[in-house]
Amino acid sequence: MIGERGEPTTPAHVTIRGLCKQFGDAVVYDRFDLDIPRGQLVSVFGPNGCGKSTLINMIAGLVPSDAGEILFDGKPLRDIKFGYVFQNYREALFPWLRSIDNIEYPLRLMKLAKAERRARTQRLVAHLGVNIDLARYPYELSGGQQQLVSIMRALVVEPEILFLDEPFSALDYEMTLFMRDQLQRIFVETGTTTVLVSHDLEEAVYLADRILLLSRRPAAVADYVHYDAARPRSDSTLSQGEFVRVKAHCLEVFQREVRKG
Amino acid sequence: MRDRRLDAYLPIIGVIGLIVIWYLAVWYEVVDKVLLPSPTDTFRALWKGMTGGALGFDFWRTVERTTAATLIAAAIAIPLGIFLGASEKLYRSVEFVIDFFRSTPASAMFPLFLVLFGVGDKTKISVAAFGAALVILFNVAYGVMNARKTRLLAARVMGASRFRVLTDVMLLESLPQTFVGLRNGVSLALVIVVVAEMFIGSTDGLGHRVFESQQLFAMPDMYAAIFAAGALGYGLNLLFLMIERRFVHWSGK
Repeated sequence: MIGERGEPTTPAHVTIRGLCKQFGDAVVYDRFDLDIPRGQLVSVFGPNGCGKSTLINMIAGLVPSDAGEILFDGKPLRDIKFGYVFQNYREALFPWLRSIDNIEYPLRLMKLAKAERRARTQRLVAHLGVNIDLARYPYELSGGQQQLVSIMRALVVEPEILFLDEPFSALDYEMTLFMRDQLQRIFVETGTTTVLVSHDLEEAVYLADRILLLSRRPAAVADYVHYDAARPRSDSTLSQGEFVRVKAHCLEVFQREVRKG
Repeated sequence: MRDRRLDAYLPIIGVIGLIVIWYLAVWYEVVDKVLLPSPTDTFRALWKGMTGGALGFDFWRTVERTTAATLIAAAIAIPLGIFLGASEKLYRSVEFVIDFFRSTPASAMFPLFLVLFGVGDKTKISVAAFGAALVILFNVAYGVMNARKTRLLAARVMGASRFRVLTDVMLLESLPQTFVGLRNGVSLALVIVVVAEMFIGSTDGLGHRVFESQQLFAMPDMYAAIFAAGALGYGLNLLFLMIERRFVHWSGK
């Protein structure tokens, strides 16, 4: 398929039409339309309080929308499997369960037998090449390891789509860099459609196929930038011309939107 | 390393200090000899009383009553606390009543319970259970209400039903606070049981033993009974702490 600007486009996985959301008097979304392409990683970036998290929370059904339609291949949310990763891994994991039981919890909700659950988890661990002692409790792991357990818990159901809400912002810089590459590897391995909310532009561009830049409230699409650098990307990607150009463009759009306020 | 090993023995210093002061007080007759027997006489009375004497029997009577009261209190207050805590509006609507009776000295309820249950174990146990239940109820409800929102959302987003969220998340989230309630509850139950044993037509129990020894001027026996009560209170608290550490390993982490 060829898009309007002559770039190749991927068919839409998620279609959002006429989305409206108000918090009290504040109109956060007003007739908002968006397509999320299949098998791509979309980063959501925008000014503070513009409703980045609200957007993925509405798509993932954590926050009800006032009006509008969100369909996944034409199906509503309740008919699909999805994964959600919270920013605060410490409060999102269950400290009374061992890490492996945390990962298996959604499978238990699906009423899978124990052997099947274990087999699925083992397959995921092997697939991702994760090197954590999963018999430990979450509080015995480092922050990055805990977030990795969260991500695995989201992935174990083999979701059609994965949502991540600022997943690395509670980690230190060293761990953030490491986790970025873990997430990239997971994405390359699974090819799951992924929506990532980020407050770090470098991270947003580095990980994305498309960068969704939102305007101030009510949020509209300020730009929906393509970034096609080959994967796996690495530290050297950060100094390549294309990366620098895309990031500079995103920053310019962002600054323009911030100044409007 | 050596210093840290010695640190474990620090609490003994206070105990030795107390006994030394006690000996000195007896030796120099700071207090009338009849009112303050020597530590040796007291511990002899404690040993004899606990091994085959009346004190041992009374000790176990108090343990029975306190255990019964705490069990009844927990059986009522934990499910009720979860039920009330699951809906903040519901809890707010009964909060004043709970706080009011929680602040009412349970001993003031004795005459009422005497009328209801007569002079016997039923009254002692039910007043103690009443006091303990309110403390446990309040803690459980708060434990449930303060369950981390993110954790509840995480369960919901994975497809957990309201009931599963309650059993898999809220219940476990409230456990650390529930144990705070149980520890406070059992301490309060012991206080109420001992007071009840002193005055409400009792023929046994630690409270009865303390009171009777005092009436008979058997001072070593009285001190022995006081120490037995202290050991019981301390032991119960320790027991709940150990159970908590075993089952709520994530508490405070």
